[in-house]
Amino acid sequence: MLQIKRLVLDILKPHQPDVLEFARAIASQVEDSCVKLKVLEMDDKTETLELIVEGSNLELDTIVSAINEMGGSLHSVDGVEVMNVEEE
Amino acid sequence: MPFEPFRRIQQFVFISQSYDIARRYFVVNSFDGALTMLGLLLGFHVSKGVDLEVAIPACLGAAIALAMSGLTSAYLSEKAERKREFKKLQDAMVSDLSGSAQDKASRWVPVWVALINGLSPLLMSLIIITPLWLVQLGFELPLGPFESAIGVAFALIFLLGIFLGRVSGTFWLFSGLQTLIIALVTAFLIYLIV
Repeated sequence: MLQIKRLVLDILKPHQPDVLEFARAIASQVEDSCVKLKVLEMDDKTETLELIVEGSNLELDTIVSAINEMGGSLHSVDGVEVMNVEEE
Repeated sequence: MPFEPFRRIQQFVFISQSYDIARRYFVVNSFDGALTMLGLLLGFHVSKGVDLEVAIPACLGAAIALAMSGLTSAYLSEKAERKREFKKLQDAMVSDLSGSAQDKASRWVPVWVALINGLSPLLMSLIIITPLWLVQLGFELPLGPFESAIGVAFALIFLLGIFLGRVSGTFWLFSGLQTLIIALVTAFLIYLIV
């Protein structure tokens, strides 16, 4: 069974909510996950982030909808880690 | 974790950065309400012989008008401002933000700001005219109904000053006295002109 363990996403988001609230909102939507955020660029009204989500079985759609709900948009998927786990 | 709807409201206030605006509206319109009531009560006091049956509806009428003015003016102006901000944000993001937290906040913030703007003068007015009601209900007060209500108005204005002092980080007594002086000058002008 294929499971996504790690995603590296390029995100554009408004300044508000700030990165802390943004990371919290995503982490609360994805169970058993670790969210890492890094601000890459700051503009007048927006900021570009590198979002790293690690978990046991990630779903990209859930993460993207959490990002959209917070006013962000996914620019690109820059990295992914997938494992083939033996089914029990 | 706090209660979910409360957390949502907190998030909208945070996203829209509207806490400061709401606080400003609260102070400005509370002050409006308190000074309007003070003016009315001083007018009744100066004219003497005004019945409570006349004074209470007059004060209530003014309070309701202040509340309606506060509600509608804040709602309309905040709605226009938030709409404009949201449009600018969408342009900057080059994407449709419909359904996002920013979209919800831009629709919800005018309502809560309008409620604060409208209810603050109403609340102030109702507290100030409480002595008039108490006397009408048969309670005995150490001072006359108008004098008591004027006293409450001065006390509330002083408290608003203290609140402003806490906001600005200045000495509470100084800011309280500052607003009290404004109320005293208002009273002086009313006695002088009426």
